[in-house]
Amino acid sequence: MQVYRWTLTMALSIVHRGTGIALYVGTLLLVWWLVAAASGPAAYGHVQAFAGSIIGRLIVFGYTWALMHHMLSGIRHFVWDLGYGFKANEREALTWGALIGGIALTVLIWIIAYAIGGGR
Amino acid sequence: MVEFALPKNSKITGGKTWPKPAGATELREFRVYRWNPDDGKNPSVDTYYVDTNDCGPMVLDGLIWIKNHIDPSLTFRRSCREGVCGSCAMNIDGQNTLACTRSMHDVKDGAVKINPLPHQPVVKDLVPDLTNFYAQYASVEPWLKTTSPTPQKEWRQSHEDREKLDGLYECILCACCSTSCPSYWWNSERYLGPAALLQANRWVSDSRDEATGERLDNLEDPFRLYRCHTIMNCAKACPKGLNPAEAIAELKLKMVERQI
Repeated sequence: MQVYRWTLTMALSIVHRGTGIALYVGTLLLVWWLVAAASGPAAYGHVQAFAGSIIGRLIVFGYTWALMHHMLSGIRHFVWDLGYGFKANEREALTWGALIGGIALTVLIWIIAYAIGGGR
Repeated sequence: MVEFALPKNSKITGGKTWPKPAGATELREFRVYRWNPDDGKNPSVDTYYVDTNDCGPMVLDGLIWIKNHIDPSLTFRRSCREGVCGSCAMNIDGQNTLACTRSMHDVKDGAVKINPLPHQPVVKDLVPDLTNFYAQYASVEPWLKTTSPTPQKEWRQSHEDREKLDGLYECILCACCSTSCPSYWWNSERYLGPAALLQANRWVSDSRDEATGERLDNLEDPFRLYRCHTIMNCAKACPKGLNPAEAIAELKLKMVERQI
């Protein structure tokens, strides 16, 4: 496999799987947050402090990207499963769209979040 | 199973650099995978210099030139030299294609790197063992199956029904697509691979064939058909410009449609 030149669709296929796995882990963090919120202000404070730290924010940022990318990439797979978008230019465009769209949506969400919440 | 590295006895070690041909003005460097089953050594990559003024433009021309002028022991399959037979399929510059239709001048920067088709057992040098690949093709039963009585003359087909086979019948079974597919690299025992599935769809799509249900039953399996994850390497690699990924998607759709 080391001799094969990486193709865009090949790379994004494995990224789709990677973000899928990341979403499992990220959802555990979400559960942690909800459980803490349910069990009282002290526990909730701990989680908020962690999520507010630089590392915490990076993780949440990564989670947002994984979610957005996986969603758009999922739509791409859905289009293919319906039997469309198989021409060379179409499949490249769909794949670029998922990659760039995922990053763009993530940044957009964070800009909005900061604008509304003022960085929490 | 998933394998990222080669087994120990397949690791590439060293390689010989053959002398440049005397009196040549324009040289092109070729780096070619070598393995000999008889000498007990690991595979290697040999470096050759081809005189491009004395040789045709295609990668296959270069290989034949090497065999004729430098190293007669270099082993590869070739036959028609015009993209019809599929014999000279190999991995050139990181992509599976036919050596006879890929120009060596289209390979950018530096040496022309040539390897056998990935993740297949090697017989010698650039010759892969495609036994499994052919067995999988046979498993889709690529012939007309009918139950109604054989007509006096030929089985008739309308022009519209014939057109449904365009993009399917042209396959030359060179194995470029199947051996470009990561799913196939890791599950080639159980996943049929793009080439066999494209042929499966060719027979499922044939208006004269009367075994469509049986053919689809044969593919209803978590591995045989559904290991395709639309990675698209197959469609990118196909030297005939066919689209196995699309054919597989059509098969998946037909699986669903028949349940409605």
